[in-house]
Amino acid sequence: MSTAAVTPGTRVGESRARHPHVNYLNADYGIKSWLLTLDHKRIALLYLASISFFFLLGGAYAVAIRVELLTPAGDLVQSQTYNKLFTHHGILMVFFFLIPSIPAVLGNFLIPLMIGAKDLAFPRLNLLSWYIYMVGGVMTFWALLLGGVDTGWTFYTPFSSTFSNTYVVMAGLGIFINGFSSILTGLNFIVTIHTMRAPGMTWFRLPLFIWSHYATSLIFILGTPVIAITVLLLALERLARIGIFDPALGGDPVLFQHLFWFYSHPAVYIMILPSMGVISELVATFSRKPIFGYSFVAFSSIAIAVFGFLVWGHHMFVSGQSVYAGLVFSLLSFAVAIPSAVKVFNWTATFYRGSISYDTPMLYAFAFIGLFIIGGMTGLFLAATGLDVHLHDTYFVVAHFHYIMVGGAVMGYLGGMHFWWPKITGRMYPEGWGRFSALVVFVGFNLTFFPQFLLGYMGMPRRYHAYPLDQPIWQVLHVMSSAGASILAVGFIIPAIYFVWSMRYGRFAPANPWPGTGLEWRTTSPPPTENFRKTPVVTWEAYEFRPVEEMRIVGPGETADQPADPGHPRNRVAPETLEHGKDKE
Amino acid sequence: MSEHIVSRKIYFAVFGALMLGTLLTVVAARIDFGPFNDIIAMTIAVAKALLVVLFFMHVRYGSRLNMVIVVSGFFWLAVMIAFTLSDYESRDWMPRVHDPNEPASVHR
Amino acid sequence: MATSDTMHTTHAPHSSAHTALAHHFDNMEQQREAGTLGMWVFLVQEVMFFGGLFLAYLVYRTKYPMAFAAASSHLNWKLGAFNTVVLICSSLTMALAVWAAQIGRERRTQLLFMGLTALLGTVFLVVKAIEYTDKWHDRLFPVRGWFAPAPDAFPHTIAVENIQMFYWIYFAMTGLHALHMIIGIAILLPIMWKAWRGAYSPEYYAPVELFGLYWHFVDIVWIFLFPLLYLLGAHFGGGH
Repeated sequence: MSTAAVTPGTRVGESRARHPHVNYLNADYGIKSWLLTLDHKRIALLYLASISFFFLLGGAYAVAIRVELLTPAGDLVQSQTYNKLFTHHGILMVFFFLIPSIPAVLGNFLIPLMIGAKDLAFPRLNLLSWYIYMVGGVMTFWALLLGGVDTGWTFYTPFSSTFSNTYVVMAGLGIFINGFSSILTGLNFIVTIHTMRAPGMTWFRLPLFIWSHYATSLIFILGTPVIAITVLLLALERLARIGIFDPALGGDPVLFQHLFWFYSHPAVYIMILPSMGVISELVATFSRKPIFGYSFVAFSSIAIAVFGFLVWGHHMFVSGQSVYAGLVFSLLSFAVAIPSAVKVFNWTATFYRGSISYDTPMLYAFAFIGLFIIGGMTGLFLAATGLDVHLHDTYFVVAHFHYIMVGGAVMGYLGGMHFWWPKITGRMYPEGWGRFSALVVFVGFNLTFFPQFLLGYMGMPRRYHAYPLDQPIWQVLHVMSSAGASILAVGFIIPAIYFVWSMRYGRFAPANPWPGTGLEWRTTSPPPTENFRKTPVVTWEAYEFRPVEEMRIVGPGETADQPADPGHPRNRVAPETLEHGKDKE
Repeated sequence: MSEHIVSRKIYFAVFGALMLGTLLTVVAARIDFGPFNDIIAMTIAVAKALLVVLFFMHVRYGSRLNMVIVVSGFFWLAVMIAFTLSDYESRDWMPRVHDPNEPASVHR
Repeated sequence: MATSDTMHTTHAPHSSAHTALAHHFDNMEQQREAGTLGMWVFLVQEVMFFGGLFLAYLVYRTKYPMAFAAASSHLNWKLGAFNTVVLICSSLTMALAVWAAQIGRERRTQLLFMGLTALLGTVFLVVKAIEYTDKWHDRLFPVRGWFAPAPDAFPHTIAVENIQMFYWIYFAMTGLHALHMIIGIAILLPIMWKAWRGAYSPEYYAPVELFGLYWHFVDIVWIFLFPLLYLLGAHFGGGH
């Protein structure tokens, strides 16, 4: 990390707490300007606060789970309480953290910037989305406080519909309401990407982040309504005993699973696709090369979204589903891995002969690629019906999906937060701490979840709070996993601290610190409320990096009172920027 | 959506066709076509829906994107229905080992 | 995309002069395109929402064909057919309301068509209320403990649970549909008020058009509900 003689944007005596030029953060003050904002950037920050809260809460439940599993005996909590612990962990993490995270925070913030628009298509719907999310979140949280749910986040019938004595309906309604937040976000993204691209921004010049979010939005629209109606039916069954899932009344519990997984499988693609979009940006920027096979990666995003709807039965191989349906779902599940693999190959090919730098975001990208490969391949193990019979409902499955969701989605989220932090806040985070915590997260994550593959393979069932005493290796693995979890927690806490620290004390960031090639880097850090002073006109392809020698210095993002330090290597931008700067200014 | 203005004549013609379709639906329901009962009822319903979509909702005069959106909505519904029903339909294809302890009321 | 001659261009030289243009759009054309696309995407989402119920219907109808047919025969198909006609008429009046705004007809005409739409929608809901009350009296309301049809209402070979299965599906599907109609009428009222204030013209009639799309969708749902729920009983005995 180098230090310049004069940090850009500060002079002797100037307050370091305030950003020198007018931007979306300081354009207006007061709680009303935040709670009634129509600015997509502020709404993104509202989401950031909310999802961070739910992540913390979900993480607390994870801590409780891991503490219980330190010893074979179920001695920390009773089994029904343990059921509530993993249920709450799942519900909060899936519905209130993972599904919104990248789309609601980074997507909301960046999509208009990346396409050269002033805002999303429907700013008021955007704000409504956040409020709906909050109402759903509060309702679910209230259900947890009142006594919680013990059915698992999957709410399988007939336990959830007929036998459970917990707050299923209330939690379910919270999830139902939250679903509309997703739907409105997806609707907004689709319409924005179709209708509000800047002149010259054709589909194949879009950053791959946009393609991923477009594909994710397709899933939001097509899948979320199905979970909505499913939760309603579950509530009807509990309240009115209509009989839809009750065998005694002619119903079929497996119908619930069909309806539930029709959404919940594509939901996991909602969780990973945005992260893949982030990784594409990081890989390109920190290899200083266009993504290898851009159109393949773009189409793979769409293919993942489409194929993702055809495989839900792989959660139901042992549920009593027909063997023939299982066969078809298994085959399709193998097929859905292909576009993901295409992306991994293309990212790797991008590295080849690239100019690699090891900034924090890139470290998270590396982590993503390796961990996603493991998570994805173990998914194929589970897609094989014969093997799944033995691995279903074991810790193998738990490890598999945590490799994807934490090793995949959360790595992308953290990498993206670091990458775009200067754009969002106008401040740099401390790079040394960033790299250190990336390492801590990586070590902690693997220590937590790799032993769980072994445990699952050996037969440890999931959702059990106790395990046999006569298998000492099981306890060893569980202790390793819990130790890893504490390290992982530290790895998450450190960025939380330095991000907050940086908002006041971080070095002021230039318009384009990395430098990146997207349109978001051609406006100030942070951007003005209207995003661009003049609508950009795009005449270049995506990811057009230039060799350092060819790049000229200083872009139009710098204003007179925020001169860039020409000597600073981070203050170089692509030549096109200057062209536009000259025309527009 | 287009700036194209659909004439009232077309609207009334479509309206007439929809009324006819409703009449047909009711009449057809009284006749037993055997295995074709459902197909006929659904064909009439789909035809009526198409008329509403194409003319009342202007898709006939709109962009291709709108058409794609409408088609995809129903396509995904069809996927959900087809795959789920295929599970139910194919459950009995595999001969099951008879378990004397299994109650007879298990769904067929 | 054909452009009618009777309509003047929407590309006004100073597009930002139009008071209905939102600040983040470049021109009215873009705004309209976005609005229409947005409504269509919303309707796709609605298709999937209702779709879950259609799936439940199909699954259980396949399992209990005789029970479903018997249960269906207790629905008043004449009222159902009447409601179908009412809704189709309301779709026509709604399409004409959009036409009136598009053409630039006077407010009275616009209001007339919108008012007819709202009125027909209300008629539909009144009929539905009558039907629901009938079912209540016949103890066919599928709630725990309340479902108790008369002993000779259905053939004895058919299990009562399977009849209940039909009826909760009937109430869920028509209830959800009726809820959409209520919301629709509630949204139509402020649109009518704005029409009376002269807000809609050939340059700007998006709310009318977009509401029309929603209304037609609700009509389409009923077009499928009517044969699936009301007309099964006619085949009773014929089987399939």
